[in-house]
Amino acid sequence: MQQELPGTDPIELTYREAVRAALRDALARDKRVFLMGEDVGRYGGCYAVSHGLLAEFGPERIRDTPLSESGFTGAGIGAAMAGMRPIVELMTVNFSLLALDQILNSAATVRHMSGNQFGVPLVIRMATGAGRQLAAQHSHSLEGWYAHIPGIKVLAPATLEDARGMLWTALQEPDPVLIFENVMLYNISGKLPRDAGAVSIDKAVVRRWGSDVSLITYGGSLWKTLEAATALAAEGIEAEVVDLRSLRPLDDVTIMASVGKTRHAVVVDEGWRSGSLAAEIGMRIIEQAFWSLDAPIGRVCSEEVPIPYPRHLENAALPQAPKIVTAAKAALGRA
Amino acid sequence: MTVAAAKPHLSREHMLDMLRQMIRIRRFEDKCAELYTQEKIRGFMHLYDGEEAVAVGVIAALEKRDRIVATYREHGQALVRGVPMTSVMAEMYGKQEGCSRGRGGSMHLFNAAANFYGGNAIVGGGLPLAVGLGLASHMQGDDLVNACFFGDGAVAEGEFHESLNLAALWQLPVLFVCENNLYGMGTALAISESETDIHRKAECYRITSEIVDGMDVVAVEAAARRAVQAVRDTRKPYFLECRTYRLRAHSMFDPQLYRDKAEVDSWRPREPIARFQGWLEANHMIHPDEVSRLTGEIDAEIEAAVAFAEAGTWEPVEQLSRFVYADSVVPTGQ
Repeated sequence: MQQELPGTDPIELTYREAVRAALRDALARDKRVFLMGEDVGRYGGCYAVSHGLLAEFGPERIRDTPLSESGFTGAGIGAAMAGMRPIVELMTVNFSLLALDQILNSAATVRHMSGNQFGVPLVIRMATGAGRQLAAQHSHSLEGWYAHIPGIKVLAPATLEDARGMLWTALQEPDPVLIFENVMLYNISGKLPRDAGAVSIDKAVVRRWGSDVSLITYGGSLWKTLEAATALAAEGIEAEVVDLRSLRPLDDVTIMASVGKTRHAVVVDEGWRSGSLAAEIGMRIIEQAFWSLDAPIGRVCSEEVPIPYPRHLENAALPQAPKIVTAAKAALGRA
Repeated sequence: MTVAAAKPHLSREHMLDMLRQMIRIRRFEDKCAELYTQEKIRGFMHLYDGEEAVAVGVIAALEKRDRIVATYREHGQALVRGVPMTSVMAEMYGKQEGCSRGRGGSMHLFNAAANFYGGNAIVGGGLPLAVGLGLASHMQGDDLVNACFFGDGAVAEGEFHESLNLAALWQLPVLFVCENNLYGMGTALAISESETDIHRKAECYRITSEIVDGMDVVAVEAAARRAVQAVRDTRKPYFLECRTYRLRAHSMFDPQLYRDKAEVDSWRPREPIARFQGWLEANHMIHPDEVSRLTGEIDAEIEAAVAFAEAGTWEPVEQLSRFVYADSVVPTGQ
């Protein structure tokens, strides 16, 4: 998986290194920023994202925590309310459930509930998604649940550019921002301009232009969807691929512009189908672009099972390029 | 009355003020109960009757610049802290002149000007937040004390243990104030805890702890002064267990099936206001006429607060979704 980006003096790096560069940049630029989470320091991060930062910034700002997700997430909320700019790392989305009380009942509510007297400028990063044979307690994609919550923003950087650029922008937000990093993306590599920096976090982006069908996706599924679009092109179908980037708020304008053009939509979402983000997007298309549609909306989601360990079953449980191809053709009546 | 330890603060004026603060909370809440029956106040409302000495004693020991995190039973803390009674009462009504714009109600009193970080109605939920305030103090190098009130019910929550551990591990200036009123809603401490000596749990985390008679305002203040001084000087956490008793129901919906009337009656003689007032009178530090005068002044303040709330306005429905996020977002990107 390679991507080419414009800009002079590009450097080759991985998604993991892009996130690390974003962290280093933020820590260097703003003294209020610190990183806190399980094994972020001495271990170097569960996915080696923060490797080397402890030596550079010291244990006060690269703060190893005990296994107390609720405690240290709440501490991030309190520190943010008192003027710091914490980045809390939760090792995986499954573990984030142990901090859900703090995220929902405090971080997301305080501004509204206090009549705008207090805000929580906190960034929470976490790994999400399956594909590493980590079985049913480390592999789920629950970002759609978080996207249900008013009061927070939810981001899903899928590209090197976004991995590098979303963090700084998120840190400028006066409200909590959750950033979901799909575990299958950490090793992708490509080129970025040496001076790559902050990017917008409120717009979806069309990653591939096409006129026949809109494939709407985000995060780890973006690359599978682009792969499917290439396969579709070989069959004479030009798919447009929309990368949501922000799951809350959703960029309805970009979604509807694409659907209005192609008149066909398939949503690709690694979350489970029932009650999913894909369902929300589908419904918004019905509400806002129903008369543009030439066919029912399709969905490619994870199968409704706890993600299993064996490779073949895990693969079968997840959205894959062939399933996306099939769904796109079905939407076009070319099954 | 354990007066010896608090000698520096035993001026008559200060004593009178402590009495006044307790009476002020009690009478404010009596009025709230009345307004609740009139359906002026709705939702869940938890009264502090019997526990007033804790808020009054602890907050007397704090500086204005110190921060406070409280629970859903926080009318007393807010009033003692200096959140104007008018805005507290308007909040009880849900009016936009309320201290949280009317959006929080009884359980969510906030006031940034008073460094009052809110009534948190998730039991134990305020503790991690207070740890975070302490972490900010630590990283910013200030000398603040971050006080966190919580009940004995919170002790069973994982967040309690996570928070004590973090505060001790990272040496954070947090004052943990446990208001042990012996019941988490309707479940007695002995039914929910294997170790009912709550302060001992703090010791497990190597946090200095102290037990104090939470029905004795002088003792509470004396202990709180020691605790606040320790936190301010050492920048380490401190744990104060205030043993108290809730004389009224848990909330306005509670028929109190879980405790005998005899038990409640047995606590009444220890009730903090009458006890302190009696002691002051016996020691000729106050004349009954002065109490009448104080009460009259308080009643006038309450009357004004009710009038303020009654005259308050409802937030326009058009503003329902305002402040889910900040109004003016800082420009993003470079």
